[in-house]
Amino acid sequence: MENKTLYTIIVHSENLAGILNQITAVFTRRQINIESLNVSASSIKGVHKYTITCWTTPDTIEKVVKQIEKKLDVIQAHYFTDSEIFQREVAMYKVSTPEFQKNPEASKVIRRYNAHIVEVNPIFSIVELTSMSEDITNMYQDLRNLNCVLQFVRSGRIAVSTSCFERVNEYLAHREERYLKEKNQ
Amino acid sequence: MSKEKISGSEALMRALEAEGVKTIFGYPGGAIMPVYDALYDHRDKLNHILVRHEQGAAHAAQGFARVSGEVGVCLVTSGPGATNTITGVADAMIDSTPIVVIAGQVGAGLLGTDAFQEVDLVGITQPISKWSYQIRRADDIAWAVARAFYIARSGRPGPVVLDFAKNAQLEMTEFEPVQLDYIRSYDPDPETDPRAVAEAVTLINESKKPLVLVGQGVELGEAQEELKAFIEKADIPCGCTLLGLSALHSDHPLNKGMLGMHGNLGPNVKTNECDVLIAVGMRFDDRVTGKLETYAKQAKVIHLDVDPSEISKNVKADVPILGNCKRTLKLLTELIQSQKHTEWIESFKPYEEKEYNEVIEKEVYPADGPINMGEAVHAVSEATNNEAILVTDVGQNQMFACRYFKYTKNRSVVTSGGMGTMGFCLPAAIGATFGAPDRTVCAFMGDGGLQMTIQELGTVMEQKAPVKIILMNNNYLGNVRQWQAMFFNRRYSFTPMMNPDYMQIASAYGIPSRRVMERAELNDGIQEMLNTDGPFLLEICVVEEGNVLPMTPPGSSVNYMMLNLDC
Ligand SMILES: Cc1cc2nc3c(=O)[nH]c(=O)nc-3n(C[C@H](O)[C@H](O)[C@H](O)COP(=O)(O)OP(=O)(O)OC[C@H]3O[C@@H](n4cnc5c(N)ncnc54)[C@H](O)[C@@H]3O)c2cc1C
Ligand SMILES: Cc1ncc(C[n+]2csc(CCOP(=O)(O)OP(=O)(O)O)c2C)c(N)n1
Ligand SMILES: [Mg+2]
Repeated sequence: MENKTLYTIIVHSENLAGILNQITAVFTRRQINIESLNVSASSIKGVHKYTITCWTTPDTIEKVVKQIEKKLDVIQAHYFTDSEIFQREVAMYKVSTPEFQKNPEASKVIRRYNAHIVEVNPIFSIVELTSMSEDITNMYQDLRNLNCVLQFVRSGRIAVSTSCFERVNEYLAHREERYLKEKNQ
Repeated sequence: MSKEKISGSEALMRALEAEGVKTIFGYPGGAIMPVYDALYDHRDKLNHILVRHEQGAAHAAQGFARVSGEVGVCLVTSGPGATNTITGVADAMIDSTPIVVIAGQVGAGLLGTDAFQEVDLVGITQPISKWSYQIRRADDIAWAVARAFYIARSGRPGPVVLDFAKNAQLEMTEFEPVQLDYIRSYDPDPETDPRAVAEAVTLINESKKPLVLVGQGVELGEAQEELKAFIEKADIPCGCTLLGLSALHSDHPLNKGMLGMHGNLGPNVKTNECDVLIAVGMRFDDRVTGKLETYAKQAKVIHLDVDPSEISKNVKADVPILGNCKRTLKLLTELIQSQKHTEWIESFKPYEEKEYNEVIEKEVYPADGPINMGEAVHAVSEATNNEAILVTDVGQNQMFACRYFKYTKNRSVVTSGGMGTMGFCLPAAIGATFGAPDRTVCAFMGDGGLQMTIQELGTVMEQKAPVKIILMNNNYLGNVRQWQAMFFNRRYSFTPMMNPDYMQIASAYGIPSRRVMERAELNDGIQEMLNTDGPFLLEICVVEEGNVLPMTPPGSSVNYMMLNLDC
C-alpha cells in the first residue's frame, strides 16, 4: 500500500443543479471515501465553492482533481495538503448540564480548547468550538471521558489557501481575456 | 411591438436549423409528440430517419458524426425511449463522438412523482455524457440547444443529452437563436506552455529513434495534414491506434501499422525500443499499452492532447503539450529540424517480414480450406480501391476488418473502440451513409453482432440506405471463443450459436443478398455487392475457429506478441 495523505480539494463551479452529484461520482468511481464535504456560495456571484477532504495517494489525487475539473460546469479544482491551507471546522457538543457542572474538570477542558458555551438550561448545555479537525476530535474525547456528552456534531472542513488571491478570480479574468484576444485575431 | 410567439417545439426546430442540422435519427412516443408534430412541418429541411430501436438512433447519430465531423442528432421519447439510447451515449463518450440526444420528459410539474415514463435521465447520463441538461422552460430552448451543440463539437467532442420537459415543448416563447462560442467554465483548447514546446523540440531534434503514436485526436482535430508535415519533416515512423487508423493513410511510407493487442508487430516491438515517444491525440488505452509497468520505460514521452485529464493518466508524460493538436503539431513542425532516420526506419522491416510470413500471408492468401476473415476483408478493400468507409461491429470481425482494410481517405474507420459495443455496426453504418453520401460504406459484422441490432434492416429497407453489409459468419461468438480456446482450456461455454437463414431475412426486408461459401465465388460475390445500387447483404461463411493474430495476451508487455497459438 502506498502512503496516503489527507488532501483538501477546493472546487469552484457554476451554480447549476446536479453538480455535486457529478463531483462525488468521481470519488465513487475510484472507491475513495469523502471524509468531509462543505458546499456554499463563494465570494463570486453565481459561483459555488466545495471543500472536500479525502485520504489518498499523490498520484490519485492529481487524477481525481483533473477529472473533477473536466466536468463542464466546474470552473476550477485544486488540491492542497494541510500545510498549504488555513482550515477550520465548527463543532457543537451538547452536554448534560448536571453532569457538566458536577465535574470541575469540564470547564477546564472548555477553556483549554478556547471553546464557548452558547446555551445553558437545567437539562443540557451546548458548547461550540471552531478549530482544527484534530482539536475538535480531542475535545470530544476529553468530554466523553467525563461522561457528559449527549450529542456531538461537526461541520465539514472549510479552508482558504495560503496564496494571496482566490485563484478562481484570476482564472476567470484570464479566460475571458484570452477568449476576446483569440476572437479578435 | 411584441415579438412573434411560437411553441417550444417549434423553437426547437428553429434552433436545430440554426445549428445547421439536416438529419435526425429518431423514434416518437408520448412525451415527445409535440416535437414530432412540429417536425411534420419541417420535414423538408430536417430529414428524419425513423429507426427501429432507439439504440439504433444513437449509433446512427454516431456513425453520421464519425464520418462527417458534424454533430449527430437523435430524438426520442422519455422513459424507455431515453434509456434505450444509453449504450450509444456511453459509447460516444468513450470514443469522443459528437452527438446530441434530445429526449422527451414528463412535464415539469410531474417531475419526481414517478409519473408515467418518467426516468431521471440527467442523473443517469451525467457520468457518461459530456453535458446533460433538463429544459424545463420554453424560454431556455435557444440557449440550451446552442450550448449543447457547442459543447458536443468543440474541444474533445462528446455526447450531450437534452432532457426536454413536455410543458416546455408546449409553452409559447419568443424565440431568438443564440450563438455561443464561449463558456467560462470550459476550455476547449487549453493554453500550450511554450517551455514544454521548447523541451519537446529539443528531445525530437536529439532523438535517434523517435516513434509517433497516432490517435483519433488527429481526426477529431482535423489535423491530418499537420501530422503529415510533422512526421515528414522529422522523418518519424508511426503506429496508429484502432481509432486513428485513417488519420495517416495506409500507404504512407512512415505508417508502420496498428498499435496494440491485435496490432502489427513492428510498432509494438519498437514502442519498447524507441528513445522518444510522441503520442498525438491518443489516450494510452490498455489495449494499446499492455502491461503499463513495462511500457516504453526507456523512452521520453511527449503527449499532445486537448484534454488535461488524459495527461499522465495511464502513462507518465515527461513533456505534456496541451491543446488542439492541429495547432500544437504546427508549433512543433515550425521549430524542429529536418531529419533523416533511415536506419531506424529500416529496422522495422524484419518485423514486418516476420509478421507477413507467419501471419498475414496465411490469413490473406490461404492455399485451401474455408475462407478466412482477413482474406474477405482484404478482397473487399481492394475491390473498393481502398477508398471505402469501414464500419465494423465488435469481435474477431472487427479486428480482422481493421487490420486488413486499407485507408486512403480521412475519417474512414467507424468502430466501437472504448466500449466495444456489439450491435454498433449496422446502425452506425446507416448513419455513415447519411454522413458521407458520396462514399461507399462497407459494414463488416459478425453473426452475433448483426443479431443484436438486426431490426435496423427495417431502416435500411425503408431508407434504401446503401449499406454494404458483409456478414462474416463463423457460427460462433468468435472473439469469446478464441479467448476460451487460449485461456479456458477450449471449454466453449455458450459461444457456439445457431443462426437463422440470413438470405431469407434479407429477402423479407427486400434487401438483395448473396451467400458465399467457396473461395472461388468470393470476388464475384463482392463485385455483385458493389455493383448493386443501394443496400446489399453479403454473407460470407468463414472458417469457424479462426483466430485473430498476432496477439499480446492480456497483462503482457507490449513488445511480446504471439504469432501463432502453438507456443
Ligand atoms: C475487441 C477490441 C479490441 C481492441 N484492440 C485494440 C488494439 O489492438 N489496438 C488499439 O489501438 N485499440 C484497440 N481497441 C480499441 C481501444 O479500446 C481504444 O478504443 C483505442 O485504442 C482508442 O484509440 P485513441 O486513443 O486513438 O482514441 P480515443 O479513445 O478517441 O482518444 C482520443 C484522444 O485524443 C484526444 N483528442 C481529441 N481531440 C483532440 C485534438 N483536437 N487534439 C489533441 N488531442 C485530441 C482525446 O482527449 C483523447 O485523449 C480494441 C477495442 C476492442 C473492442
Ligand atoms: C453488447 C455486448 N455484449 C457482449 C460483448 C462481449 N463480446 C465481445 S466479442 C463477442 C463475440 C462476437 O461474436 P460475433 O458478433 O459473432 O463476432 P465474431 O467475433 O465471431 O467475429 C462478445 C460476445 C460485447 N462486446 N458487447
Ligand atoms: Mg461470429
